[in-house]
Amino acid sequence: MGASEFSSLPHIGEAIKRKEDYRFLTGGGQYTDDVSVAHQAHAVFVRSPHAHAKINSVDISSAKDMPGVVGVLTGKDIEGKMGGLPCGWLINNPDGTPMKEPMRPILAINKVRFVGDHVAMVVAETVQQARDAAEAVMVDYEVLPALVNVADAAKKQSGVTLHDEAPDNQCYRWTLGDKSAVDAAFAKAAHVTKLDLVNNRLIPNAIEPRVAIGCYSRSSDEYVLYVANQNPHVERLLMTAFVLGLPEHKVRVISPDVGGGFGSKVFLYPEDVCLTWAAKQMNRNIKWTADRSESFLSDAHGRDHVSHAEMAMDENGKFLALRVHTDANLGGYLSTFATAIPTILYGTLLAGQYTTPQIHVEVDAWFTNTAPVDAYRGAGRPEATYLLERLVSRCGWELGLSQDEIRKRNFITQFPYQTPVALQYDTGDYHACMDKAKALGEVDGFASRKAESEAKGKLRGIGYSSYIEACGLAPSNIAGALGARAGLFECGEVRVHPTGSVTVFTGSHSHGQGHETTFAQVVAARLGIPVENVDVVHGDTGRIPFGMGTYGSRSISVGGAAIMKALDKIETKAKKIAAHLMEASDADIEFANGEFTIKGTDKKIPFGQVALTAYVPHNYPLDKLEPGLNETAFYDPTNFTFPAGTYICEVEIDKGTGEVKIDSFTAVDDFGTIINPMIVEGQVHGGLVQGIGQALMENCVYDSETGQLLTGSYMDYAMPRAGDFPNFKLDMVCTPCTHNPLGTKGCGEAGAIGAPPAVINAVLDALAPLGVKDFDMPATPHRVWEAMRKGSVSPLQEPQQRAATAATQGRPV
Amino acid sequence: MQVQFKVNGKPVSIDVPPNTLLVQALREHLRLTGTHVGCDTAQCGACTVLVDGRAIKSCNTLAVQHAGCEVTTIEGVAAPDGTLHPMQAAFKDCHGLQCGFCTPGMVMSAIDLCTRHPDAGETDVRELLDGNMCRCTGYQNIVKAVMQGGKAMASASPSAT
Repeated sequence: MGASEFSSLPHIGEAIKRKEDYRFLTGGGQYTDDVSVAHQAHAVFVRSPHAHAKINSVDISSAKDMPGVVGVLTGKDIEGKMGGLPCGWLINNPDGTPMKEPMRPILAINKVRFVGDHVAMVVAETVQQARDAAEAVMVDYEVLPALVNVADAAKKQSGVTLHDEAPDNQCYRWTLGDKSAVDAAFAKAAHVTKLDLVNNRLIPNAIEPRVAIGCYSRSSDEYVLYVANQNPHVERLLMTAFVLGLPEHKVRVISPDVGGGFGSKVFLYPEDVCLTWAAKQMNRNIKWTADRSESFLSDAHGRDHVSHAEMAMDENGKFLALRVHTDANLGGYLSTFATAIPTILYGTLLAGQYTTPQIHVEVDAWFTNTAPVDAYRGAGRPEATYLLERLVSRCGWELGLSQDEIRKRNFITQFPYQTPVALQYDTGDYHACMDKAKALGEVDGFASRKAESEAKGKLRGIGYSSYIEACGLAPSNIAGALGARAGLFECGEVRVHPTGSVTVFTGSHSHGQGHETTFAQVVAARLGIPVENVDVVHGDTGRIPFGMGTYGSRSISVGGAAIMKALDKIETKAKKIAAHLMEASDADIEFANGEFTIKGTDKKIPFGQVALTAYVPHNYPLDKLEPGLNETAFYDPTNFTFPAGTYICEVEIDKGTGEVKIDSFTAVDDFGTIINPMIVEGQVHGGLVQGIGQALMENCVYDSETGQLLTGSYMDYAMPRAGDFPNFKLDMVCTPCTHNPLGTKGCGEAGAIGAPPAVINAVLDALAPLGVKDFDMPATPHRVWEAMRKGSVSPLQEPQQRAATAATQGRPV
Repeated sequence: MQVQFKVNGKPVSIDVPPNTLLVQALREHLRLTGTHVGCDTAQCGACTVLVDGRAIKSCNTLAVQHAGCEVTTIEGVAAPDGTLHPMQAAFKDCHGLQCGFCTPGMVMSAIDLCTRHPDAGETDVRELLDGNMCRCTGYQNIVKAVMQGGKAMASASPSAT
């Protein structure tokens, strides 16, 4: 079935209320911390208080004799007995040599590399006993100087070496594009616009902290790991094949209800492996629940780029070439997909929505004494969008072109479009998004609103962002050629029960996205049965075929497409059964609205009758057809999907305090086919608040000397709250994806990708009369006030300078 | 030590160490796992329950402090036959939840908010939800749900207004 046929089915485009809500609203959700197993002990991790130190010794003699202690593990216990945590994406340097890939042990061996690094695991009968014993673990550290800021790492003058394998702390250099063609275009340019900027480091902060329970049964030699995770099969594969060397069929990973992920629960973490391994060593089931402070320290962080970009233009503002250099912070160790984020998911998006014919990007990635940095909502694409949309706005300002005009002059209008940075966009309508956003955002009234603000003594600015993202990760062969060490298909199993109800088993994982409803809509629409007759099962390697999980806005476009493929098989087989029952030829059977008909006749039988016949095959072509109606499909996409849109933000700034108020925010997105608009809008709202949060308040700060995390709690790390932003204005444009059977593109990350530059461009527009030309996120009142007072770029905002005070992102807060 | 109180209308008596937090008593001793823990600084509000009708953060108070009190958790909000409370129904109707983790605390806060401020407008609701964090929804649909749920509560029990 094709996308246009699919989108006209009943239930597609219907705002059906979510099937999963009842249990969440009544306390019936089952999150990992709600699970308790028999014979359960509790683990507490001893974490490094230092950013960088040698471990001279770890004395557990007192701890292991404390009341209730079951056991204590340190790096000595695991050394030589298992591998390190693997990195899932190989990046090669321009000379073909591979990236530096130092071992990441599950418990520190000889050295710690960030505050919060795992030194020992203490297991006791109760959490309190484990905590008490953890305090009795005596670690003799020899503190080493710390390298904290990525900008400092890039200077190679710190004298600090985190890993012997990377003496200058560089993990890799990665380049994409034709440098000489870019240089030639710059030589001919009528105008060049330059920009330095920082993408501030963030902490994902799903409200459910990470939790895991490692279980082992001696009688069956089987393990079960309950874990708050976005992709249980990948977790199991990485853990069994690369770290512990266990046979996969002996390990079951269950991710029950998961309280938000945003990327941070994609990864294989040291705790998960420790608990699984120790369960056998100690012959106990062991539970660990992170407290929020641990989450701040040890969840993978996001962003943290320092970049320089230049755009070459002709005299009409037509983009000729783009040149980008980025220093990316990878943290103390390589997290699971860390290396792909500032490369494959970043550099390839730098064409944006524009016809820029030549682009060259160079990325240097660095180890620092900070928590590992990996995918966080958007993952590379927000960094690309922020850089490009800030730069494009500046191009407009420098050329005296309006913000929509500079974009429209360069929009891609012919599809498919091959970018100079590897991707081929299948479809889109960027002018439509821009026009709709301008109308919805009432841009024409901006001048009068600005005058009203000025009359009140306030500043007002308007900012644009026209983003693109590559979602639906990913064609496995292309990903493999680019360094992926895993496939990126998805699986779907459609199990039709004898009475015609259906259970769907999907490798996608829902941790807020509402798959139990959206996927059920897809199946119900195809089979012509009520949505409530379809249940969706996910998150359990013991129940579902091998799947790749949820990240990169891939679930509906890849996971949904796998279900569509399985439904194709169901339909093909069911037609044969129907043909037999109606004594017709297979080719004459049509299926629509839950009924099989013989073409050109009024003879028909319902889906339920065919389902029953498949399992009660008394009148059945047993010589030609197996009984049963249960099909599995694996779908590997042929291309990425390319959601795109235009966001327009209007801010009002208090001159006295520097407070930035979002006065209005308009988002027009093209996600292709929409299955459940209520859920899609909810995804956009959530993404926008994370994106605006990055722009206005969120900022992960380490002390640049000691590497101590200064924003280690909700009292120090500003999380958006209900009162911070107004209602958003949303609308959609629809150009269906051309290469998956649903026409969907994915909607989970758009808001977080498109919002930050819209906000900062608005702030810059508002501050322009004061001579402020540059500003980095977050636009907190103090930083805005400081910029207003100085009337120009603060010297503290120059990138790639050594920070004078605390910083994570190459400059102080 | 022994603590006696009413939880969701039923008298309970539990024997807990004196330093047991109310949320631990609820989750670990009574296995009422609908009340969640999202932080360790009483900021996120996922653990919000009603004590004698007022919303409190159960991670920030000892169980023994509530001896003799009436505690209501998310498990005690719907009608005995499972029919959703008007506020729960409004959250579903407005898509005011995604992952569901903050939801129990959010609903308990919302019930208290609308009981005490039956006429709260959108701005008031946004400000009064300050103690509850949600990372998924961007709050817009939560605010919509609270307004709608508050109206439904008022019409369900006009005397409360």
